[in-house]
Amino acid sequence: MLKTLSFPLRIVSPKTYGYRFSWVGRIGLGVILLWAGLAIFGPALQPYPPGEIVDWDYFGPMSDQFWLGTDYLGRDILSRILMGARYTLGIALASVFLACAAGVILGMVAAVIGGWFDTILSRLLDAFNGIPSLLFGLVVVAAIGSSIPVLIMTLAAIYLPGSYRFARALAVNVNTMDFVTVARARGEGTPYLIAREIFPNILGPVLADLGLRFVFIVLVLSGLSFLGLGVQPPYADWGALVRENIEGLSLGAPAVVFPSLAIASLTISVNMFIDNLPTKIRDRS
Amino acid sequence: MILSRMPWFLIAQRLGIALLTLIVVSFAVFFATELLPGDVAEILLGQAATPEAVAGLRDAMGLDQPALSRFIGWLIGLLGGDFGTSYVNNMPVAELIGGRLVNSLKLAGLTTLLAVPVALTLGISAAMWRNSIFDRIISMLTISVISVPEFMVATLSVLIFAVWLDWLPALSFGVNVDSWSAILRAYAMPVITLGFVVSAQMIRMTRAAVIETINTPYVEMALLKGASRSRMVLRHALPNALGPIANAVALSLSYLVGGVIIVETIFNYPGVAKLMLDAVSTRDLPLIQSCAMIFCVSYLLLITLADLVAILSNPRLR
Repeated sequence: MLKTLSFPLRIVSPKTYGYRFSWVGRIGLGVILLWAGLAIFGPALQPYPPGEIVDWDYFGPMSDQFWLGTDYLGRDILSRILMGARYTLGIALASVFLACAAGVILGMVAAVIGGWFDTILSRLLDAFNGIPSLLFGLVVVAAIGSSIPVLIMTLAAIYLPGSYRFARALAVNVNTMDFVTVARARGEGTPYLIAREIFPNILGPVLADLGLRFVFIVLVLSGLSFLGLGVQPPYADWGALVRENIEGLSLGAPAVVFPSLAIASLTISVNMFIDNLPTKIRDRS
Repeated sequence: MILSRMPWFLIAQRLGIALLTLIVVSFAVFFATELLPGDVAEILLGQAATPEAVAGLRDAMGLDQPALSRFIGWLIGLLGGDFGTSYVNNMPVAELIGGRLVNSLKLAGLTTLLAVPVALTLGISAAMWRNSIFDRIISMLTISVISVPEFMVATLSVLIFAVWLDWLPALSFGVNVDSWSAILRAYAMPVITLGFVVSAQMIRMTRAAVIETINTPYVEMALLKGASRSRMVLRHALPNALGPIANAVALSLSYLVGGVIIVETIFNYPGVAKLMLDAVSTRDLPLIQSCAMIFCVSYLLLITLADLVAILSNPRLR
């Protein structure tokens, strides 16, 4: 998994060692920041209101007036993608933070306490891992009905077991180290051990894992929206934009292509960024 | 003596976990669909929902019993092959699913037959010529396919093969499947799409497995004593990588489960996933539950198979 793209004649100084950051990673980070900026400042940048029909033609081509064309009702695609960025990024971020926070805390507690608590929790969460993620989302969202809080909770529930397993594996390793034993001998309680001894030592890999899980969540969210179970009209995330305009596919309309490109650019650049994180952050423990 | 018993113990343990998982999964599926808002009897009766009619229907459908006893009854029914009756058209669910399941299995089977040889060849050769242009291109392609949603792979292949190249029909299926070429054309787009999704993962995992064995000292030794690159990989490294590769194949095939849902929707393919999505829109509980169980069981089978292969193929455990 470890990829080192080192230059043979590079002089390794203590300052740069381990914090080198390849160009691919920087490009990835750039695209991520760009989308984050667009999501935050989207309403100020959008040329037209995203819900308004501004063109008499449907599936309009790219033009000076409508940079990315118009959709199946004649709405401006650029404005709708900017709006979709808020939904896609917002929902995915909220659920990835929920999933990772809960998973990491539970994982560390299980590693520190051990015993039956660890066994039962691990078995149970492993069992939940046996449900295909898209299917789980589909059944739950179909059952409760789709709304943004439901989507966030469902996606978080889907990815909690994976995050738990990852954090537990890391924490078990740290837990056997001398400084943890010393802290325990000092009489420190579980909360202290988790917060002050273990968490700082698994932070780097956990953050990298959070990035990967973010990609998975974006994919499942887009999949659900594509099936019509995600963000509901008149609002739309990127997956829902593809669904709305799928009729334009056989015309090769930009209305289908650009939302797809938006998803792809986000997920690929997060992957690129995580793959090229400085080794010191990735493998800190 | 103890060592010789090890794999059987591990296998038994793995099967036990699978069984436990199955119970948790069926519990989750049953109660997730139980959460459906509104009273099923009221929804079914629609305009005719007088209190007496609702009470009568609830009684007839056994809805007035506690959820747990309905769950156990449902589970026992499943074990005996009784999937229940559809709420919408009163047909046995087994009958509704039967033909659709065959269709879905055909799709999955064809994809497997096509994707596995291609993916293994590409994965192994990418590992053989590691860091070459070929390897880089394969890596880029597989990463791109993995990091985009399945429906995008589908839309992209429609765009390329149907719109730009005009080789294949775009979104139609099963218009007339009387000749071989018509069948091939009808299956081509879904199979190509699913094939991309499944093999991307498989190529990456195969490549990683082979490279891991190439990095061991004994393979390096083979290279030092003058074995050619292909001999080094095929004769020395590959036999030891077979276990992880088989594991990778089974694990990647589990991506079929998610992929099938999207692909059947896009291409309007009459399989189980399409049936299930239609059942979701009509709120047909028994149908949704049975379809979800089919998907969960096949997913579970594949990941358990992957684990079993990994255990059995590891000679250190024998």
